[in-house]
Amino acid sequence: MEEFGSVGKRIPKGDARDKVTGRAMYMDDLKVPGMLYGKILFSKFPHGKILHINTSKAEKLIGVRAVLTGRDIPPIRFGFLKDNVPLKWGKVRSYRDEVAAIAAIDPDIAEEGINLIEVEYEALPGVFDPEEAMREGAPLVHEVDARGNSIESNVLQLPWKLVAGDVDRARSGSDYIAEDRLKATWVTHVCMGTMGIIAEFDLRNNLTVYANTQIPYLAQRDYSDALAAMGLKGSKTRIIQPAIGGGFGSKLDTYGQDYIAILLAHKTRKPVKIQFTREEEFFATSPRQPAIINITQGCTRDGKLTFRDVSMILDNGAYASWGATTPSVMMMPISSLYKVPNIRYIARCVYTNNTWSQAMRGYGNPQATFGIECNLDHLAEMAGVDPVEIRLINSNTPGEVTPQRFKVTSCGLRECIEKVAERLDWEPKHGRRDGRGVGMASLIHVGGGARVYKSDGCGTIIKVDDFGSVDVFTGATDIGQGSDTVIAQVVAEVLGVEVEDINVVDNDTEVCPWDVGVHASRTTFVACNSAIGAAKKVKEQILELAAGYVETQKDKDGGKREIKLDEDPSNLIIKDRMVFSKRDPETKIPLGKILRGSHYKTSGKMVMAEYFYDPDNENLDREFKGNLSMTYAYGTHGVEVEVDRETGKVKILKYVAAHDVGRAINPMLLEGQIYGAVCMGVGYGLTEQLILDKGECMNPNFRDYKILTAKDLIPVEPIIVETLDRDGPFGAKGVGEPGCVPTAPAIVNAIYDAIGVRIYDLPITPEKILRALREKEGKKTQ
Amino acid sequence: MKYALSFILNGDRTEVGIEAHWTLLHLLRDRFELTGTKEGCGKGECGACTVIVDGKAVNACLYPAVELEGREVLTIEGLTDAGGDLHSIQKAFVEHGAVQCGFCTPGMVMSAKALLDENLKPSEEEIRMAIAGNFCRCTGYIQIIEAIKTASKGR
Ligand code: FES
Ligand code: FES
Repeated sequence: MEEFGSVGKRIPKGDARDKVTGRAMYMDDLKVPGMLYGKILFSKFPHGKILHINTSKAEKLIGVRAVLTGRDIPPIRFGFLKDNVPLKWGKVRSYRDEVAAIAAIDPDIAEEGINLIEVEYEALPGVFDPEEAMREGAPLVHEVDARGNSIESNVLQLPWKLVAGDVDRARSGSDYIAEDRLKATWVTHVCMGTMGIIAEFDLRNNLTVYANTQIPYLAQRDYSDALAAMGLKGSKTRIIQPAIGGGFGSKLDTYGQDYIAILLAHKTRKPVKIQFTREEEFFATSPRQPAIINITQGCTRDGKLTFRDVSMILDNGAYASWGATTPSVMMMPISSLYKVPNIRYIARCVYTNNTWSQAMRGYGNPQATFGIECNLDHLAEMAGVDPVEIRLINSNTPGEVTPQRFKVTSCGLRECIEKVAERLDWEPKHGRRDGRGVGMASLIHVGGGARVYKSDGCGTIIKVDDFGSVDVFTGATDIGQGSDTVIAQVVAEVLGVEVEDINVVDNDTEVCPWDVGVHASRTTFVACNSAIGAAKKVKEQILELAAGYVETQKDKDGGKREIKLDEDPSNLIIKDRMVFSKRDPETKIPLGKILRGSHYKTSGKMVMAEYFYDPDNENLDREFKGNLSMTYAYGTHGVEVEVDRETGKVKILKYVAAHDVGRAINPMLLEGQIYGAVCMGVGYGLTEQLILDKGECMNPNFRDYKILTAKDLIPVEPIIVETLDRDGPFGAKGVGEPGCVPTAPAIVNAIYDAIGVRIYDLPITPEKILRALREKEGKKTQ
Repeated sequence: MKYALSFILNGDRTEVGIEAHWTLLHLLRDRFELTGTKEGCGKGECGACTVIVDGKAVNACLYPAVELEGREVLTIEGLTDAGGDLHSIQKAFVEHGAVQCGFCTPGMVMSAKALLDENLKPSEEEIRMAIAGNFCRCTGYIQIIEAIKTASKGR
């Protein structure tokens, strides 16, 4: 076993002290002198024409400094298909549509002003069901695309299709075939800190934005485009991120409120803040995408998978954000979870007048895995193969190239399955149908970045001061997951200093280097590899300075002696803030001394280095194939439930979550990721649902949108499987998202084992269980 | 309508003019700029704004400021001692990984404090009930509960 100083240790999160003392500043805590408060008027209709807007009363209200409508603003377009504008004009397409906005000297006046704006609409028939929206003659949500070309159908022109092998042939050669239809609905991020932004212009029209974004550098670019559209081409944008009160994907795009704040700030020449209320956070931020999943899998007599055939319909909502691209990630489990030689997948994203979706932890993977893993249990039962067995038979293995051309390097899936089965006591517990049951589901996810943009890179700059303290400037963003800490750990490890010596700076585009954003569980892998690259360069510089370094030291009896470090840098070691020669580890010189020495001598030198790491992964090609990630993360979740046949209530008795993480750089933070993701995943499975009635959010509050509380505590037992990935930082892979991927299907499978009904419609409420039980009983008695 | 209010805030005698409709949360965050107490919903549903009034954990977003007359308020800022040393509960939160994004943390810590002041050795069940009104979206609560257990043992 390698001995590490910092890596592998349960080191507290870097900013935890600030957070437990209330010192950490979040968006909601920030004020800038002279700041105005922005507020948005949202649409009163899910689909309608805007006939007239009268803002005159609002403008006259004392304290109101600016009012904006779609008429007053330049043509700024945003979103994945550029089908969205900050303030709507002509037509609204959802209750989230921004119709007007106000900047005022305090929040109450802004609110009052909003209520004084009169909008006359003409209601249009809406579409709220993606299948209906696909029918001929359905009302069109968009009549023209961003380029002005007319649109004939609500189906987005996105070619989501993946084919490998020959599914039809494999189907006819299969001994068993299971077919299912499943549905997953909207769930939302519920970041405890709501979205917020402050926009401010200086006298040269340079823009400073404070925002709790997950993509500072991509947002910088979006905002710069907006500035150009405002006639401010060449103006600079700086983004400062305060502490981010949770980020699970909703902060991966730029939104109407961002541009509105920028426009209001420009109009008033004052800083303008827009901070979402909890209600706005629920109805006006983008949830996880609902999916209708049709899936068929086949296997041979002995349980070998022969094919997987999946088609999906995704309710895109009114505008296209990253939600529309989730099929690109759904392809991953569909093509590569277990060995399946023949694959077919097609997905259609459909415009509706509902809220529009976005990335959310797992990015489509939870929906796809829900389909795959429920259907796999169904197939296993038909084939008479034990669910554990069918997963082991088809488990991925190192060295495999999957049908999507993913190159599997390290893979601990088999171990995860075995350990979960063992910990659950599978054999005696499975198959009893006595109200208690066990179920499992596995996952694959990108674990070594994901080349979804042209770059998957992250930059790091490291500078070392006079005393051996190290400032690490990283492009990575900490959303609570602990990138600030793991980066410090790997840098400390490489440099031979302590984690306390490392200060990670990660919140200002003006000083930090570039990064594509915190998504795809990429930060530990990419940002740590980048930090290691920079740290190695810094170490080289230090050792060069140290080589041949001469110092006079006092010995114990008061005499003086001259000590000298080895002339050859490669013979030197930095450890515990000291530098010494391999051959003579007793003769040590403090690191700080060497660094100071280099600053105070003629032709001195500053120790500083940068490194840009862009993993050697591939963009998917036209057929959506290619090695998307440098490595893949695997895991298996197992759950034991008790189902009350009278009330339909599900109780989770045991929850085992095994994850192949490559290496646990910080087991404590890693477990935190697993606990938190499982809790969110169980919510997805059992309790959470954004209820939309004809496009209107009916439960924009914590009372009616049920996230799990400490009362519902899930007794998660994490099992960490270390496969030491060859490309990972100290062997690590990403783990931020995986924990919420296989949760819902593991629960579905356990419920089936307990009471013999498969609930294929999330969330699995008691009502659905009772209904399914009744239906089953009805069938029996018929 | 303006009121003159006098109460004790984090150990200091305090007099301040307030408006009738102000909540304790507004008073703390906007008047005193004690932003350690967070607003997660403003409706008494999430616990992010938990502070302690006369020994009891309350949701500051619902608590009318006028009711404070003569009472004693403790916020997260008042928990750390003058030397900047963390309270044992805060320490335990740091050491157990009970903090991720940290937005729920001040409220969570204050609920834990109110519990431990009343009940020296709470059971796990009692801990869970004491923080059942404090929502956390990041941690799954497990490390938070461990932290509170550790803090209670240290007493
Ligand atoms: S802010 Fe007071 S309970 Fe949510
Ligand atoms: S740590 Fe993020 S909400 Fe609790």
